[in-house]
Amino acid sequence: MSTAEMCLFNVKDGFLEGVVRGYKLGLLTAADYNNLSQCENLEDIKLYLTGTDYAQYVSNEAGPLHTTTLVECCTRKLVDDWEYLRQNASEPLGTFLDYCTFGHMIDNIVLIVTGTLHERDVQELLDKCNPLGVFDAIATLAVAQNMRDLYRLVLVDTPLAPYFSEHLTSEDLDEMNIEVLRNTLYKAYLDDFAGLCGRLGGATHQVMGDLLAFEADRRALNITLNSIGTELTRDDRRRLYANFGLLYPNGQNELALAEDFDQIRAAMEKCPPYQAIFSKLGAGESVMLDKVLYEEEAKRAMQTFEQQFHYGVFYSYMRLREQEIRNIMWIAECVAQGQKGRINDGIVPLF
Amino acid sequence: MVFIWFVDVTYLFFLFQNISPYFWSSLGIALCVGLSVVGAAWGIFITGSSLMGAAQRVPRITSKNLISIIFCEAVAIYGVIVAIILQTKVEAVKPRDDGSYSLAAANAGYAILGAGSVTGWANLACGLSVGIVGSSAALSDAANATLFVKILVVEIFASALGLFGVIIGIIMAGNANFVGA
Repeated sequence: MSTAEMCLFNVKDGFLEGVVRGYKLGLLTAADYNNLSQCENLEDIKLYLTGTDYAQYVSNEAGPLHTTTLVECCTRKLVDDWEYLRQNASEPLGTFLDYCTFGHMIDNIVLIVTGTLHERDVQELLDKCNPLGVFDAIATLAVAQNMRDLYRLVLVDTPLAPYFSEHLTSEDLDEMNIEVLRNTLYKAYLDDFAGLCGRLGGATHQVMGDLLAFEADRRALNITLNSIGTELTRDDRRRLYANFGLLYPNGQNELALAEDFDQIRAAMEKCPPYQAIFSKLGAGESVMLDKVLYEEEAKRAMQTFEQQFHYGVFYSYMRLREQEIRNIMWIAECVAQGQKGRINDGIVPLF
Repeated sequence: MVFIWFVDVTYLFFLFQNISPYFWSSLGIALCVGLSVVGAAWGIFITGSSLMGAAQRVPRITSKNLISIIFCEAVAIYGVIVAIILQTKVEAVKPRDDGSYSLAAANAGYAILGAGSVTGWANLACGLSVGIVGSSAALSDAANATLFVKILVVEIFASALGLFGVIIGIIMAGNANFVGA
């Protein structure tokens, strides 16, 4: 980090950095999760949450509680926090914050298109969308019959337009192609985001570079795992991996050739940081992989708060809050179904 | 005549010697106040913005962390004090017939320039340093109240830099006397 960065960062972004660090102080700790696991029913969970930062969001919930309403309240807090940050941000922080939400936009698009394929009600789908990733014309996604319409009617006006290449618009919308669409858009988005962080330079580039590299490698791993045994050719699979990350390019070449979990594991373990992750799994076990990856992400996100004067803290806060909401959902489900013994299997404590 | 490139160095030196000592002393006083105030202002906004952001969630930090702001402000006050001391040294002296000034006057001019510059630059660095440490102090205090006093020690060392500048400035200007032998 240069002196100029340290001296000039606070001119535009000092206040919001302080605000986001304040938000991070309100994340639930391991002690909170312990207490939540002791709750007998959802009412107890709601009561406990009124003693945390969620107080004003959860306390107004009247009527019978479901896990979905609880999770909705918590998500509303994240959305309000993010809105506050976004409204008060000047450039280039504003662009950066927008980029953080493009991943959610892509997920929402895929959700609506898939739901429409299965003849679901548009309103129901819109309710399920991630609120961080909504944009104005999102409801018109349900009208699109094929990719060309999708692009021409809706996506060309969104920030995702440049991620659509010519090669994509000629395909039809079906199950397989929608997943390929999702991953192609996400690859272009990650490359673009990495480019933005490179242009911002300094500590932001350093910190975000690490976080995005992990995200790229993690998606490469998941794409490979999910495409074993499908019709996705090796070349297509290789094209879905991002153009950066620790696995680029040699690890990705090996991953593209892998046909089962052990080959994937062998390819990943050639990278020292990922070897440490995989050593936590037993032999041949892929069930715990998700949880281990979430733990790694949470650990890296917490580490970004050790440096000051960079934008990585905003991205990390979003990821940590999302992880916390996933934890609350897991705990609420376990409590509602009476399976409190399984709580520790699913939560990722942040502190 | 000595030439470097096309520049006549002897003539250049002659011109330099004939710049009025009042120009140098005014420049020194201006640098003293100007740079000190820049340092103080810079430090205050660095600390202040982080402090206000962190205080959104943890309002208790505001009262203790004002001390960082006060350290930065002190830097500006040092600059003003030294500027006033320097200004009292400046007295009107008639030049000789050929336009040059006496040795005492010339020396006084240079001394006040040096004293003012030293104080100004030292205070600029001090203000910046205290500002950045103060920003970290505010954010750490919000997270863990026991950290504040420890980071304050670092800040005290940083604010000593401004005092060094003031001391050397006063010593340098001590012998400056326009009306001397």
